[in-house]
Amino acid sequence: MAIPRFWREIPSRYNLIGSKCGNCGASDFPPRAVCPRCGRKSVGRMERLKLSGRGKVVSHTVIHDAPKNFDMMKPYVLAIVEMDEGLRVTSQIIDVEPGQVTIGMPVEVAFRKLGEEGEAGVIHYGYKFKPAL
Amino acid sequence: MTAGIVSYGGYVPRYRITPKEIGAVWGVDGEAMGKGLNIRSKSVPGPDEDVITMSVEAARSALRKAPHIDPKDVGAIYVGSESHPYAVKPTATIVAEAIEAAPILTAADFEFACKAGTAAIQTCMGLTMSDMYRYGMAIGADTSQGAPSDALEYSASAGAAAFVIGKDLAIATLNHTISYTTDTPDFWRREGQAYPSHGGRFTGEPAYFKHVLSCANLLFKRAGTRAEDYDFAVFHQPNGKFPVRAGKTLGFLDKQLETGLLVREIGNTYSAAIMVGLCAILDIAKPGQRIFAVAYGSGAGSDGFDITVTDGIDAIDRKAGRTMRAMVEDVKFLDYATYAKYRKKIRMKEG
Amino acid sequence: MRGVSVIGVGETQFGELWDKSFRELGIEAGLKAIQDAKIAAENVDALYVGNMSAGKFIDQEHVASLVADYAGLSDQHLPTIRVEGGGACGAIAIHQAAMSIASGVHDIVVVGGAEKMTDVGDLEAMQILSSTTDQEWESVFGATFAGLFAMMARRHMFEYGTTREQLASVAVKNHRHGALNPNAQFQREITMEMVLQAPMVAEPLGLFDCAPLSDGAAALVLCAAEKARKFTDAPVNLIGTGHASDVMAVHDRRDLTTIDATVIAGKRAFHAAKKTPNDVKVAEVHDNFTIGEILAVEDLRFVPKGKGGFATEDGETALNARISVNTSGGLKARGQPVGATGVAQAVEIVRQLRGEGGKRQVSGAELGLTHTLGGTGATAVVHLFARGD
Repeated sequence: MAIPRFWREIPSRYNLIGSKCGNCGASDFPPRAVCPRCGRKSVGRMERLKLSGRGKVVSHTVIHDAPKNFDMMKPYVLAIVEMDEGLRVTSQIIDVEPGQVTIGMPVEVAFRKLGEEGEAGVIHYGYKFKPAL
Repeated sequence: MTAGIVSYGGYVPRYRITPKEIGAVWGVDGEAMGKGLNIRSKSVPGPDEDVITMSVEAARSALRKAPHIDPKDVGAIYVGSESHPYAVKPTATIVAEAIEAAPILTAADFEFACKAGTAAIQTCMGLTMSDMYRYGMAIGADTSQGAPSDALEYSASAGAAAFVIGKDLAIATLNHTISYTTDTPDFWRREGQAYPSHGGRFTGEPAYFKHVLSCANLLFKRAGTRAEDYDFAVFHQPNGKFPVRAGKTLGFLDKQLETGLLVREIGNTYSAAIMVGLCAILDIAKPGQRIFAVAYGSGAGSDGFDITVTDGIDAIDRKAGRTMRAMVEDVKFLDYATYAKYRKKIRMKEG
Repeated sequence: MRGVSVIGVGETQFGELWDKSFRELGIEAGLKAIQDAKIAAENVDALYVGNMSAGKFIDQEHVASLVADYAGLSDQHLPTIRVEGGGACGAIAIHQAAMSIASGVHDIVVVGGAEKMTDVGDLEAMQILSSTTDQEWESVFGATFAGLFAMMARRHMFEYGTTREQLASVAVKNHRHGALNPNAQFQREITMEMVLQAPMVAEPLGLFDCAPLSDGAAALVLCAAEKARKFTDAPVNLIGTGHASDVMAVHDRRDLTTIDATVIAGKRAFHAAKKTPNDVKVAEVHDNFTIGEILAVEDLRFVPKGKGGFATEDGETALNARISVNTSGGLKARGQPVGATGVAQAVEIVRQLRGEGGKRQVSGAELGLTHTLGGTGATAVVHLFARGD
């Protein structure tokens, strides 16, 4: 992945920075410049929002056929997590046996390696989730 | 006014492997090796973990305990390790972004074998005592490798600890610090080499013990104390024997050494070793209790610290994030094959 | 706006076609369609080509002009358009071509779809397929194409009690149909046990829940309805199209168990054609994964939401049942050269409506439907075809 493409998203990938609409109060992740619900009324009124990092699993799978970058991790759990703020994200669930992930399970954010551009390339970091304490 | 520890946080990955499992592969009585080293298991980083991820987890844990710390007031971040993921591009910058301390701060990575983290603590003490910055963050973290079938394979493990150093609201004061440093080639790794080399038995008397004991005695002298004045003592722990021997030589008792001696369960976390031991002590220490800590890094040197816990420790939330004990006890045991895979000891196809 | 008819169809074998290059496949389907339509090169006004990723599979962009060239049409200096929309590109190409005829700009247009997926390794092919998912917020976190559909399946099982056996019944049915299709990639039946015991790809989807990687091409010749009879006694009319998009990431969807793009595209198509789902006797839907067909038959309102698995298990969507779904074998058994899919689905429906279905003929078929998805459902296209009078 090109260097600037990943670097640009660091605030969201490292710190779950999204946005909150100053007009209707809805949250978005990644951050948006315009609220899809409010349109023009939200321009200039979007606020920075840092997600709490807590959520619950709404669906999950165990990936067996993985792209090369994820070879070391397979089989790994992929899930859609509904964050406390109401929006959803997709990432891996770690520090848990694949068979023990359930819909509704509370999770919290962890900081992990997402991948790298080969042995000599840049390493990408970001959010994954682990069972909530 | 002296600097102190304002908050602390540790991190240990949950994977473990036993000496028995390792020995079986190399035709060695692993259980006997383990007994000889006083190590029952060591920690192994997962495939998506490295010094950077562990440093971030430890740093975030420290901040979670003390939410009064504004990350923007952390003026310096130093990460000491001998297994930084990049040879050039500091771990400290990624930690800075991940705790939202960036961009107005200074940062750098340190190396001094197993005492790079404590060297960072001393640097942060200087910066905060001189009022250059309000807080400095010192991190020791490693995912150290032992060469396959080498003695170090039974002990080299992974962990991280982060200390926020400053003057206000300290939970423990760093009353004194002193160091003892010489050119002693007991353990080293040349640039580009995958595994370190060491001088076998030379790593004992002329290296570990000479520096730890010399530093400890200098510290006693500076502080005007003796072993019985302390509630806890923690020494660098390359195995479970050296720190106990050093401690006993200096007059410490088992009960003073017990809490900080994590090596028996998680192995030698190198730059994090003494610091995770300190975290375990701070997790349970009471105001007024005193701690004696001497780190050791090959090459060689020792950093010693005389620490007193303050009332401030009750003002932070020591249960936020996880305690060291909880992390040490959250385990998943691996077989050697999985361990070799995670530690990238298996040669994969290029391209 | 004028009506649009299909006057010719053509398709290649689908499968791992080591001997055939991308351009050979493209022109083979196109020339078969032109022959079937009994038109000459000079009659063709434009060429639309649906292709998802020739740039990644074979390093070739600009494929519509390439296909026109190699088909021997370069002297016609045709306007050529390459259409991309994930897996829906062939169906979108049909829509674009039809609009150019309906609006009066062109009279006769060739629409092709082609994809050459086996010139790269399997792993790379799967990664290329995944490029239609959200790269920044799905793929980079380890989401695979199958993984995203697997999560929709898991939620469907959670909410409606759909079972793995019901998912498997989609694959078993489609292989049974594929065995009757000489152009299908897989012409062998499979058993429920084979599907349930196959290696896992992304739980609960196993190897047999997933359409294969394929090479192939298909083509249609579209003509203004008012002129169709000049070329054929059996024109098939495109009587309605619905085309809808939706949010890219599966986690942003309103409901994990519904593909809203399909629901809306379906409603738009039925509205345009003035028909209802009950009128449809034969349908080709997007079964890139078994869950894909279950969601499709629900979202197109052939069965109520949540009942797709049960209906399939009960045989309601088998050949000559209440509604015959995927008589060609579907993406699962017929194959899924991505760019060709939407066009191949249309070819099957047109053949059914013409009575050319052979062993897999749906009796009395007068109205047929194609349903094609782009990505995990960020695009859906529904076409309704009817036998001309």
